[in-house]
Amino acid sequence: MENWVQVCQVDDIEAEDVIRFDHGDRTFAIYRSDDDQYYASDGLCTHEEVHLAGGFVMDNIIECPKHNGRFDIATGEAKGAPACIDLRTYPVKIEAGRVVIDIS
Amino acid sequence: MTAEFTKRDYSLVGLDSKLAEEKGLANAEWYASEIPRKRMKELIQRRNGPAIRDTAIWFILLIASGTAGYMLWGSWWAILPFMIYGVLYGSASDSRWHECSHRTAFRTKWMNDVVYEIASFMVMRESVPWRWSHTRHHTDTIIVGRDPEIPAPRPPDLLGIAMSLFSLKTGPGEILKVLLHCTGRLTAAEETYIPGEEQHKVYRNARIWVLIHALVIAVAIGSGSILPLMYIGLPSFYGAWEQLLCGLTQHIGLAEDVLDHRLNCRTVYMNPISRFLYWEMNYHVEHHMFPMVPYHNLAKLHEELKHDMPVPYSGFWEVYREIIPALFRQVKDPRYYVKRQLPGSARPAMPGPAAAMMTE
Repeated sequence: MENWVQVCQVDDIEAEDVIRFDHGDRTFAIYRSDDDQYYASDGLCTHEEVHLAGGFVMDNIIECPKHNGRFDIATGEAKGAPACIDLRTYPVKIEAGRVVIDIS
Repeated sequence: MTAEFTKRDYSLVGLDSKLAEEKGLANAEWYASEIPRKRMKELIQRRNGPAIRDTAIWFILLIASGTAGYMLWGSWWAILPFMIYGVLYGSASDSRWHECSHRTAFRTKWMNDVVYEIASFMVMRESVPWRWSHTRHHTDTIIVGRDPEIPAPRPPDLLGIAMSLFSLKTGPGEILKVLLHCTGRLTAAEETYIPGEEQHKVYRNARIWVLIHALVIAVAIGSGSILPLMYIGLPSFYGAWEQLLCGLTQHIGLAEDVLDHRLNCRTVYMNPISRFLYWEMNYHVEHHMFPMVPYHNLAKLHEELKHDMPVPYSGFWEVYREIIPALFRQVKDPRYYVKRQLPGSARPAMPGPAAAMMTE
């Protein structure tokens, strides 16, 4: 069952950047690529549970600020040690200028 | 300080490992200086140019000094080019190994990975175990029982440190580990930080290393000369002194079990040659606090953060005037450590949950 929740205005995230979004007891990372595509994933690095929103997006890759673990922001694919487990990603859509994600 | 000192267990599977977890020191939140996100975004930008330039210079110098050594082999004059070759091989490889393990040196991933494998071989650190070891070093920097890269457990082994000038303390241990890995096994400590899915790579790489070294030894025996070993194998030992000179400045003599890199790392101003060989790791507080910043931007990061940092050391002379007496004092009093002083402009230190127990 789908569970769409509003995250923020589209301009709340800069191009090629990431923000943290907490909902209930869950935490997510919401990304905007340099060509204005939006993506969402679990908010914690699968390596040592560091908030990915403290990292930076480069070339559609989010890099964890603690150990440089890297993930593809579109697919969640781990791009090599120390990130070995893929991130879970979530569907994203834009509605009336707002970023909305399906956290089901 | 009247309480009797109990020797601590620096292994990753002993009492202090459990204590670190109980005290909240394992995988903890660390202090970070404030810096505008926009500025940090500029500083973390990766470029291939600086690392390609520096790697090209490195290999050109290796080839030039190696060629000069070959031409002069048989005379005492060969010592000079082999001293240069050794430092480039056995010491400069340390910083290349380090930067490429973070994959920050180059923008292109495969370039980081290729140089990482070559540098790992040269510095005699197996690429997979040491990547994970270094990851833990960043998670739990100088936390006893958690950090596998504490350079001088207290009381310090002064003879061992002196032997490390030529990798005579750690080198034989690394060789034994390579041989162990060839048999498809890890040490107990390695089991704690190398994930199962990575372990087969450890065994494969160890077997490749043994084959390469066996080939070089066979050529040396066949030719009746140690010359082949002067190029591969021995420089990891006779050229290691320069990386020790730089590397000892990073943490030795400073606090253990604190959650603030300003208290357990040093930033030291170094001459241009050392900075080239060391790839700017003299900005060590900055590197630990923000490991996403590539080496070629660490000096700029230092300028942004220095108001919040202890005063940097002016050079080797100043830092070794602190380190050498501290080591001798720690032999007699293992509780002693150098307390880094923060300037008035800095935010307060975040010593961590064990600070009260560490205070003299």
